[in-house]
Order: sequence, then C-alpha cells, then structure tokens
Amino acid sequence: MKILVGIKRVVDYNVRIRIKPDGSGVDTDGVKMSINPFDEIALEEALRIREAGMAEEVIVVSLGDNACQQQLRTGLAMGADRAIQVGAPASLQPLTIARAFMEVINREKPGLVLLGKQAIDGDNSQTAQMLAALWDRPQATFASKMSLEEDIATVTREVDAGLETIEVDLPAVISVDLRLNEPRFVKLPDIMKAKRKPLDVLSLDDLGVSIENDIQFKHHEPPPVREKGIMVEDAAQLVAELKNRGLV
Amino acid sequence: MSETVTEREVMEYDVIIVGAGPSGLACAIRLKQLKPDLMVAVIEKSAEVGAHILSGAVIEPGPLDELLPGWRDNPPPVCVPVERDELSYLTATSKRKLPTPPQQKNHGNFIVSLGALCAWLAPQAEAVGVDIFPGYAASGIFYTVDNAVGGVIIGDMGVDRDGQPKDTYMQGIEIHAPLTVLAEGCRGHLSKQLISKYELDKESDPQCYGVGIKELWQVDAGKCKPGLVQHSIGWPLDKSTYGGSFIYHLDKDRVAVGFVTALDYSDPEFSPFEAFQQFKHHPEIKPLFEGGEILSGGARTIIEGGSQSLPRVDMPGALLIGDAAGLLNLPKIKGTHQAIRSGMLAAVHIADKGSADGFDAALRSSPVMKELHKVRNIRPGFNKGLWRGLITAGIETITAGKLPRTLHNHADHSSLRNLSDTKTIDRHWVKRDLAPRDRLASVYFAATEHDEDQPVHLQILEPDICITRCGEEYNHPCTRFCPANVYEIVEDEQADAGIRLQINAANCVHCKTCDIKDPYQIINWVTPEGGSGPNYQNL
Repeated sequence: MKILVGIKRVVDYNVRIRIKPDGSGVDTDGVKMSINPFDEIALEEALRIREAGMAEEVIVVSLGDNACQQQLRTGLAMGADRAIQVGAPASLQPLTIARAFMEVINREKPGLVLLGKQAIDGDNSQTAQMLAALWDRPQATFASKMSLEEDIATVTREVDAGLETIEVDLPAVISVDLRLNEPRFVKLPDIMKAKRKPLDVLSLDDLGVSIENDIQFKHHEPPPVREKGIMVEDAAQLVAELKNRGLV
Repeated sequence: MSETVTEREVMEYDVIIVGAGPSGLACAIRLKQLKPDLMVAVIEKSAEVGAHILSGAVIEPGPLDELLPGWRDNPPPVCVPVERDELSYLTATSKRKLPTPPQQKNHGNFIVSLGALCAWLAPQAEAVGVDIFPGYAASGIFYTVDNAVGGVIIGDMGVDRDGQPKDTYMQGIEIHAPLTVLAEGCRGHLSKQLISKYELDKESDPQCYGVGIKELWQVDAGKCKPGLVQHSIGWPLDKSTYGGSFIYHLDKDRVAVGFVTALDYSDPEFSPFEAFQQFKHHPEIKPLFEGGEILSGGARTIIEGGSQSLPRVDMPGALLIGDAAGLLNLPKIKGTHQAIRSGMLAAVHIADKGSADGFDAALRSSPVMKELHKVRNIRPGFNKGLWRGLITAGIETITAGKLPRTLHNHADHSSLRNLSDTKTIDRHWVKRDLAPRDRLASVYFAATEHDEDQPVHLQILEPDICITRCGEEYNHPCTRFCPANVYEIVEDEQADAGIRLQINAANCVHCKTCDIKDPYQIINWVTPEGGSGPNYQNL
C-alpha cells in the first residue's frame, strides 16, 4: 500500500503573526516557515504504519512555489520515501488543492491519504472533506487514534461531544488531530539521505487543474488591542467604576 | 543515564564549523571556494539560520566584497546605505550633539539586519556545497585519544526535565573532523570550555563584555529617515558605566533601536533592560516611537576585550574565529567585518596548512589584529569614567594607538560592589508607557521557545550561594541583569530561607549575560535542545 501525505508550508506556530500595514495579508517577510503541525502528525502516522509493515511507501505532496521544497525535504528527512511538488502560487483555496490532490491520487493510486485536519494559516479544514467527495471514498476526520486491519481503518475522532470511533473502508481520506501522536525528531544523517531522495515537480497544468479562487479577501486586520486596565483600591471603588461605565 | 548510552552514530567531515553566523558562514564559503572537494558542515543551534543572531548592525562591506564580489547585485533583504552619522551626549532632559569620532564615520557602510544577512548567506554557502544543519546544538566536544579536538557531539533530543528519555528520545550523533572551527559568537559555551582546557587565555587579559538589547520598530510614516545612524552616550547611564545607544533608520518606516551596557558596571541594583527602556523615554527620543509598534526584540552579549583579551586562537584540532575569539572593534561598534575576515583567514589557513597549528600567528599578523591593536586602549580608558575615557579615546585616536602603552582589562564578574558599599544613585528615571511593559512582555517579541520538559540549561553549580551569600552581598543581581526575566526569587515555605531561586529557562534568549556577570561564576550556560531559543525576525 502507498500512503499519500499532504504537507503545507505555513508560518511557524511560534511566530508572532503580524498583519501588513496596508491590510493586504499576513507579513511573511523574514518569518520562519515550517510544516503545518497537523501535517507533521499525519506524516508521523504514515511512517509508523509503514514501519509496522502495513505500507510500502510514503509519499509527501505539497502544492506551492519552490520554497515548499524545503518542507518536502524535511518530510523526506523524517522518513518519507519520495516527494511531489505541485508547482502553484503559495495561496490556493481548498477546492483547487483538493482537485490537484485528486489528480495525484489518479496517478499514484494510494491506499490511504493522510492530511492534517486543517492548516494553521487559513484554518479552513476543508481539503480532506472535499477530496473524499471528489474521490468518492470514505472520510474520517479529526483522528486522535487510528489502527488499520486488512482493508478497514478504525478511527477515533475528536468531536464536540467527546470521542467517536468509526470504521471506514480503505482507500479513504483521514485527517488527523493533535493528539494522534508526537512527531519524531529528524536524525541529522537523515537530512543528508533526504537530499538524495526523489522529489518530482509537477505543475497544475500537468495535472489539468485550473486555479479557482472563489473567495476574495477584502481586508485583514489584527484583533482589537485590549484596553489598559486599572487597579481598584476596594470594593466600593470597583462598584463606582462599573457604574461609571454603565456596566451595572 | 550514563549506563544506557550506547555508542553514538558518527558522521565524518573534513571541517566542522560550530555556528552559522557571519564568521562561520564566511569560513565555510571560503573553504569551498578554495577547495571544492573538502567536506564542510556547519552546525547551528537555532531552528533556522539567523534566528539567534542579534546585532545593530552597521557593517563595513569590504570583507563581504572580498568573499562574494557580486553581492551588491543581490543584496540581503535588509540593507540600507548609511546616509548620515550623529553622535549625542544625553542628560536626563537634554541632548547635545558631539563631533562624530573618525571610527564611527560610516560613509560607504550599510545598515543591515545581521540575522537576515546570515539567512541570506546560508543558501549561498549551500550552493557551493556546504552542509548546514540548523536546529542541532553542538553540546560537547569530541576529543581524540591524543587529547586534541576531534569534532563535536550533538545534544540529545527528547530528554525530560529529570534527564530521562521521553518517547521521542533521539540520541545526538558525533561529528568527527580533523578540524573544528568554533564560530559560536560571544561567550560560546564550547569555546569557553576549550579556552579553559587548553589555557588559551593564560597570557591575555580577562575578557570583558557588554550586553546589547535591541528592538525593531515600525514607526509612524514620515518619522523614519532611511540611512540615518544615531548613537548616544550619557544618560541613562551614570558616569562610571560604559555604554550607549544606537538608533538605525531602515527602510519601510522601520527603525532599529538598542542599548549596550558594559558588563563591568558596579551597582548591583542596576538593570540593563531598564536602562534601555528608560533611554527610549528620553524627551528627545520618545516621539520617534510614540504611535509605533514593536516588530521584534531580543538581547545578546557583545565581546569588548579587544587585542589585550584575545586568547590564543588555535589549539590541537580546532580554532576560534569571529566573536568566539573576540575580534569586535569596539570604538567602531562593529564586529561583522572582523568576523567575516577572520572566517576567510581561517579558511585560507586550513586550505594551505591542513591544520590549526600556526593560525594564532597568522591572525595576529593580519589586518584583523592591526585594526584591534590601534584601538586597544580606548575601552579600558573608560574604566576611569566617561570623561577620562573620552580623553583617552581622543589621544589614542590622534596617535593611532602608537603610544607605547597598553591599558588592561578586568573581569566583569568581579566589578559588582557589595550592597553595603553602594550608595543609591538617583538616575532620574521616568515612569514608562512605551511598549514593552516589562521583560516578560519583551520576551514575547523574541518569540523564544523551549520545550518546558527538558533539563534546565542554566546550571547553577552552587545553589546555596544564591540564597545566602548572594542575597546578602548583592541582593540577587541575576534577577536584574538578565534581560529575559529568567531568574526570579520566589517565596517558598518549604525552603529553609523561605525563598528559592526559580529559573524560568524557557524565557532564555541565549544572550549569555548570566554566564558572564554572575559575581560567583556559578551560572553555567549550556545548550538546550537543538532548535530551542529565540526566533528573531530581522534583528
């Protein structure tokens, strides 16, 4: 079985996000970029499945400009067997991404597609669901635990009401949540090995996918800054201040 | 854990360089230019190249021209030619312009972000075949059977607070190389071990340092004058403390502001962080920042000892370059050109000789050292206070350092006065309202990150001293000299004294002030898990 894992290059979770002064988007100038943390968890799970002898090959796929090759190389250093970059502008919307993945699926015929439940930049959480629909295969989203047996995946999902365990037939699309596993550290010699692993570059044209950005972003702005508080001396002053502000 | 340690995996290189700063990257690039077949690796503890680099920085481009002749066609992302220099003397309420000393004339120089410059150099090094490994900390030295340096040991990852392996445990490997180049920057922790082991400093003065705290601001449109370089001396420092400010006007309404305080200050109650914040509130300075916002901030020590304090820079199997050796030219307030130059010089030496032997002599007869020798008496001249320091600086500048005398440096950790000998100084400090509110708020702008479940990387060798002697003699200066609020004295009913030292290691920005300034020399800074630490942007 082949496992396809989606990887997105995003602003690192430690970085303090800043909106560009003109409101046209998030400032990424000189900012640290990383693999979307949920995608890293998806890759870790794929590697564990392969190491358990239930898959032969793990392929990491990313859509983006050449900068995303850095994240693909990190994925290869973690242990993926090969990588595919679909050359595209850095900002694509979920439907285009899902269509491109669908074309990669048609070429690679994977038994399982593992994706992060969402990317920490757009927070859309749509690609996995759209891909399952396009592929006409089952989906299991927000996986916090999973196991494979024959052609069935048993997946525990983190949902609002608690945990829900479902079974899906493979091939399927599974999107993973934070608690599924803790990704490994990359071993230094593996970075060198990763440089020699195959990284194929395709274009959206090669895949016959056109860009459809249906959502237009009008303006970005940071959340309002919390106003400075005051220290009150006693309860009486607290009540007075609340009254002043018309809060009681 | 010693019983469970199995033999470490080994990688072999011809040259291993510790630290992807300007000196390390210059050395790597030059080595590959001279000998393309050499296997060269650079190890860097920050998650990305440049993320632990913090500097002013105005740089002299000469050495960069030499290293990469075409660089001006493809400049680093933050690179503004200097248009004008300004030096002022501040009192609490006034600002008086002073003539710019010749060392500080910056015509032809560039204001850069040194972090961005290193991030820009790294792919150029990779393009000539250098292997760069960011996110891996060289935590120890590998010694050969002949007691020579034979490479480095990479720190283990996935170890919990008590030193036990976690599920993600990964043993660090050894990188063996006939030559190790220490390019760790100021107060490198491996350099420190090696200087001590091989007694490299036995014929030099004690090293001396300063701590620089810096912020990058987005200011209101129209306030920034691209290319303007401003320095000040005087307030908020007292006359016996050496230091000053810098304000560098970049492009896109961005302004870099910082303050450097020499770490031989004597008042145990002094806080370099507070001095910097006070400086921003000077009536002549504050308007620049009002209405603006901080983009990033952090701190780093700088090495000030110059030629008298320069240790021997070669030892069996290894050499020191850049500020790991201590090549900063303080009167110029510049070290980057010296770092790049020394890196190239080391590369030429390695390519010619194939050993570390003789590098000390080569460096000392090079322009790197000539430059330092000329200005050697300026920094120690300030040990007698600001005014006598300025007079010495004037004489030394006019005579180009030719007077047959050499003033000496003293160790920073021995300069604090006991509380009982210290008069409270009225520093005319004001109530502050510009960001950041305090050191915790400031650490936020450094985007520093350490997994809390790892061994504390600030080792206190004799914790009892902190609570007893240090409290009485100096009132816990670590709680003030650390710009990141790592050290806190907290109440603890279970402790005998009712208080204990709490180390917030996750706040650490890797500046090394504690390792230098602690009066008992019982704080030992070691590398945390690779990839930890600040994530500086354009500093």
